[in-house]
Amino acid sequence: MSILIDNNTRVICQGFTGKQGTFHSEQAIAYGTRMVGGVTPGKGGQRHLDLPVFNTVHDAVNATGANATMIYVPAPFAMDAILEAADAGINVIACITEGIPVLDMIKVKAALAHYDAHLIGPNCPGLITPDACKIGIMPGNIHQAGSIGIVSRSGTLTYEAVHQTSMAGLGQSTCVGIGGDPIHGMDFIDCLELFEADAQTEGIVMVGEIGGTDEEAAAEYIKAHVSKPVVAYIAGVTAPPGKRMGHAGAIIAGGKGTAEEKFAALEAAGVATVRSPAEIGRRMAELLPV
Amino acid sequence: MNLHEYQSKKLFSDYGIAIPAGRAARTVDEAVSYAQALGGERWVVKAQVHAGGRGKGGGVRLCDDLAAVEVAADNLLGSRLVTPQTDEKGLPINVLLIEQVSAIARELYLGMLVDRNSERLVLMASSEGGMDIEEVAATQADKILSVHVDPAAGLQAYQCRQLAFGLQLEGEQIRSFTRLLMALYRMFVDQDASLVEINPLIVTDTGALMALDAKINIDANALYRHADLAELYDESQQDEKEHMAAQHDLNYVTLDGSIGCMVNGAGLAMATMDLIKLHGGEPANFLDVGGGTTAERVAEAFKIILSDSNVRAILVNIFGGIVRCDLIAEGIVSALQQVETRLPVVVRLQGTNVDRGRAILENSGLDIVSSSDLTEAARSVVAAAQSV
Repeated sequence: MSILIDNNTRVICQGFTGKQGTFHSEQAIAYGTRMVGGVTPGKGGQRHLDLPVFNTVHDAVNATGANATMIYVPAPFAMDAILEAADAGINVIACITEGIPVLDMIKVKAALAHYDAHLIGPNCPGLITPDACKIGIMPGNIHQAGSIGIVSRSGTLTYEAVHQTSMAGLGQSTCVGIGGDPIHGMDFIDCLELFEADAQTEGIVMVGEIGGTDEEAAAEYIKAHVSKPVVAYIAGVTAPPGKRMGHAGAIIAGGKGTAEEKFAALEAAGVATVRSPAEIGRRMAELLPV
Repeated sequence: MNLHEYQSKKLFSDYGIAIPAGRAARTVDEAVSYAQALGGERWVVKAQVHAGGRGKGGGVRLCDDLAAVEVAADNLLGSRLVTPQTDEKGLPINVLLIEQVSAIARELYLGMLVDRNSERLVLMASSEGGMDIEEVAATQADKILSVHVDPAAGLQAYQCRQLAFGLQLEGEQIRSFTRLLMALYRMFVDQDASLVEINPLIVTDTGALMALDAKINIDANALYRHADLAELYDESQQDEKEHMAAQHDLNYVTLDGSIGCMVNGAGLAMATMDLIKLHGGEPANFLDVGGGTTAERVAEAFKIILSDSNVRAILVNIFGGIVRCDLIAEGIVSALQQVETRLPVVVRLQGTNVDRGRAILENSGLDIVSSSDLTEAARSVVAAAQSV
C-alpha cells in the first residue's frame, strides 16, 4: 500500500513536448512510472517518447484511462491546465509549475470544490511512491520503498528527509511535496489523514516552514486523529519578519507564522520535533525500533 | 512588488476613489510650484519611499507657507529616510508627494488582502485609523471588522453595509463607502494586487470619504499581464545586493550575521541558516540558487555573498537531485577561480554523484573544506568564521 499513487496509476504529462515536460517524463519512465501519454494542444496524433500525444486532457483520459497528471506548463497557463485536468476526471493532479498568480489560485481552489480531485502543489516537487510511481522533479535514486510517509512544504528539504530515512533503513511509503505557495492544493491534514489510514505507513515525517498557520492546524489534527508517531521539523527560526524567504508563502506577516509558534503547537500536540534538519531520520528511527 | 504612495493614489483616482489634490515632485522647484498651483494655505510634503512609519521618521512635513515647502523639499530630496520599518541606512528619497491639507473629522482603517486560511480575499476595516493596525489587532482585536469575498460572486453590497454600519457611518456615507469598497475590490482584482491598505481613510469635515494614504502591493507573479505596472518597479528602494540577485534570478535576502550561505531550494536554505544559528553562528544571508544550478549562477551567487563585507566564511549546501553533484562541484571550482576569495569556504554536497563531486573539490587545489554531513559542515563553517 501507499497513498494517492502506486504501480497501477496511469500518468499523463501536461506540457508533454516542452523541455521540462520531456525531461521529467523521461525520468519518470526510467523510474518505472506507468506513463500512458501526454497533452500538448495542437500536437494531438503525434508520438513523443514513444507515447501518444493528445490535444486535450479529455482525449487523453478517454484513450488511455489516465487517472493522474503532472503539469509542467508555464505559469500563465497553469490555471487552465489544472482545471482542464479536473474537468476530465483526473484524480491526482500534481502541478510543478511555480510563479502562478495568487488570484488564479483562489479561483482554482473555488472551482476544484466541485470535483473529486487531489491537487498537489503548485510550486512543488510532486509526489512519489518509491519503486512504483514518480510524478515530479525529485531524484528517484535517493528513495527506498519502506514505512515512512513524508509530507513537506519544501523541495530540497524533502530530499534531506528522504535521504535520512533511507540511510536509517526505514524507507518511504509515499512522499508528498505540497508546495511553497500561500494558496495550494492538498495540505498537511489531507496527507496526515491518508497516511494514518495507510497500512504500509508506520511513521510520518512532516516538514514545515514559516508563514501561515497550516502547521498549527496540523498539530490540532494530529492530537485528535493521528496514532502513528510523527516527527516534525520547521524551517525558518532565523528568518526575520516581513522578509519573504524564497517561497511566496514563506513570510512572517503581522507577527504570525513564526517557526517558534509552530514548534510550540506541534510539541503541545505530542509531536517529536527536531531543531536540526540533520536529525529527522535519526529521531524517526528512535520512535520506530526495528 | 510595492508601489509608491503617489502611484497607488493614481490608481485609486482611476477607479474613482477620492484622494487629496496633489502632485509628485522630483525637484525643489517642482515642489514649490506644484504647491502654489494647488493653492490653499497649508500643504503636506510626503517622502515617497517603500516603507511604513514615514511620519515617525520625519518624512511627512506640514508646511504653513511656500517657504516651508521649499525647506522641506530641500531637506528631504536626495536624503535617506530612516523609519521604524527600514534598516539604519534608510531608503533614498527621490520623489515627494505635495498635497493640500485635508480637514479630518474621523480616521478609519481599510485593508484588503489574500487570506490563506479561507483562500479568499478579506476586507478589513477599523474605526481606529491612523494607528499601527498590527498594534490594534494585538490589543483591541474587536475593533477590527472583516468580511471574506466569495471569488465567484465577488464583493456584495451587504458586506460593505455590514462594515459601514460597524464603523458607525451614517446617511449618505453608507452609500459612498459601499461605492468606495466596490471600486477598491474591482481595482484589486483587475490589477492583481496582493495587498491594498488605506490608513487612514478619512471622513472630512464635510462628511466625505477620502484616502489620505495609500499602499498597494502587486503580485509579482502576475506582472506578466501588467506591463504598465511592471514599469513602476523602483530599484532605488531595493537592497543593492537583493536587486543584483534578482537580476540573475537568485533569491537573496540580506541578514546581519557573518556566515554567507549558498543553498539550492528555499526550504533547505532556511534550514541551513537555522543550523548555523543552532551551532553558534549567525547567517549573513538567505540565498536560494534554485533547482537548475549552473556554474554561472554559482559564480554570481559567490560575487553577491562576497560583496557583503560582514562575511567571514561561506557555507555552500547543495542537495544534488536532478542536477548532479559533479556538475555542481565543477561550478563551484570555476566560480572560486573567477572570484578569488581568501575567506574559508565549506562545501556540503549530498545526493546524485556525490563521490565524484567531492573528488573534484579535493583535487581542485583550492582551500575548500568538503563534507557530506550537514551537522559537521555547519560546525566547520562556524569555527572558521570565528577564527578569522
